[in-house]
Amino acid sequence: MASDYRYYSNIWLEEPEESNPFAARASYCHGYDVSGQIIPQASWFEYLLLMFKGDRPQAEESRLLEKLAMVLANPGPREASVRAAMNAGVAGTNHSSALMAALAVGAGQYGGAQEVSICIRLWQECGQSLELWSTRLFSPEEDERADIWLPMEHAPGFDPNGDVIPAPVLQSLEFLASLAPSNGSLAWLKQNRATLESRVGYPLAVSGIAAAALVDLGLDQDQGSMLYLMLRLPGAAVHALEQKQMGWKKFPYYGPAIELADDPGPFQPSAPEQDPK
Amino acid sequence: MSHKHLFDTENHWVTRKGKAYLSDRVVMHNKDLHQELGDYEWLHLYLYSILGRNIGENEAKLLNFYWVATSYPDASIWPNHVTALAGSVRSTASLALMAGMSVSEASMYGRRPEVRALDFFYRAGRWCDDGGGLTEFVEREKSAGRILYGYGRPLAKTDERIPYTIKKAEECGLGEGRYLKMALDVHAHLEATYGYSMNVAAIDAALAADVGLTCQEYQLFMTPCFIAGMVPCYQDARDQPEGSFFPVRCTSIVYEGKAKRDWNSAE
Repeated sequence: MASDYRYYSNIWLEEPEESNPFAARASYCHGYDVSGQIIPQASWFEYLLLMFKGDRPQAEESRLLEKLAMVLANPGPREASVRAAMNAGVAGTNHSSALMAALAVGAGQYGGAQEVSICIRLWQECGQSLELWSTRLFSPEEDERADIWLPMEHAPGFDPNGDVIPAPVLQSLEFLASLAPSNGSLAWLKQNRATLESRVGYPLAVSGIAAAALVDLGLDQDQGSMLYLMLRLPGAAVHALEQKQMGWKKFPYYGPAIELADDPGPFQPSAPEQDPK
Repeated sequence: MSHKHLFDTENHWVTRKGKAYLSDRVVMHNKDLHQELGDYEWLHLYLYSILGRNIGENEAKLLNFYWVATSYPDASIWPNHVTALAGSVRSTASLALMAGMSVSEASMYGRRPEVRALDFFYRAGRWCDDGGGLTEFVEREKSAGRILYGYGRPLAKTDERIPYTIKKAEECGLGEGRYLKMALDVHAHLEATYGYSMNVAAIDAALAADVGLTCQEYQLFMTPCFIAGMVPCYQDARDQPEGSFFPVRCTSIVYEGKAKRDWNSAE
């Protein structure tokens, strides 16, 4: 008896145990034996790229992804998605909730995965044309329709709250570009960064570097967005756990900092009408 | 731009939305939560929190029906399926419901079609205000390759919610609005020309336009709308043996990818 319901996949093949059709005797990822060959022989980043792209990557590709993953691994406790996870962790919530909070906040358009997704789309549209980038960075929307995502408020891939590119961001760009193809997106971005920054009026951000790296790895906006979300979770996890250990007394409480303008004051029920005497 | 403006909000956040003066009182949009809003039905309060104004009894009653009418306790519906899977593996109630709610921000159903449908009616209204014809607008959208959200339904030809929603709108005195008429006119054109059916996303969005919600107000309002249907699906799977919710056998993964190959062979 077979099931009436099937899932289709170009990624994953499973062969069942003879004794149990619901247990896999062997699994194959894009044709490679997972337990027999991939786990013993491949690196984590080779396996990641295999899953996303469908073929065993070149050594340079997996090294570029590994170093991008290290650039992204911990945005630090000031970053919004990590703060969201810390807010979860400090109160002892489920670990999943902490990571869901990090994913939800880290999905955003200011430094998050949606910004990376837009950047990758712009790479497909603008390629290495400075003039096209100079136009589209100021109008990155696909069309005029409203969407579940709000319109972008800044040039995607750049930080509107920055003055000059911070040293670690510049170091990341230069190091990742040294690992990437010499005619690729990272190399072009490195070469044209100062010009783009002067046109935009603020510096390149990590999201912009990540998008270029993901394009150099041959990933589209959906794949790039997924990887960006995943690769920033280690920092969210450890800072959530750290705040749980640190305790709530050391965690900021912003109550006194929030000022209600036009506070109506304590509610005064209207006085009952007096009986005319 | 620069970082300078960040100094303004580093230690101070000014808001007009509300504040909890703990141990004393809570203000939401200029009203005392417990004393002035305490008699609101919860969903009416939710609308107040979104809009910052009392939308009105009839409007709240109609919008309440949107939620009631989409509370389908059926685990074949995708967000409900997620909550059932969570129940089947004994995840927590909150994780199950939040996962189901977040996946409802989908493209084929839920939030994107709702937002896009509302936006469609507002843009159509502006087009007509400028002297254009409604049919002409519809055809322009169609010829631009755009999906006409609210028209056509992937798995069914008719939408059982439409007559109930229109009846509820009429009961609430909201059955004569400009955008509801527009939704029906668009359907008449698409049905006659292309055989398209209409789904409730068109009617709901048109009535939301008649009520005056912006696209994001509508998105916020609709976000939890499937949740009452998710709960029984979670409970149902939770109450059955672990892992027994539509288990998938190995051979039910139909593999259509590359043939088996050697990791060490050059290709």
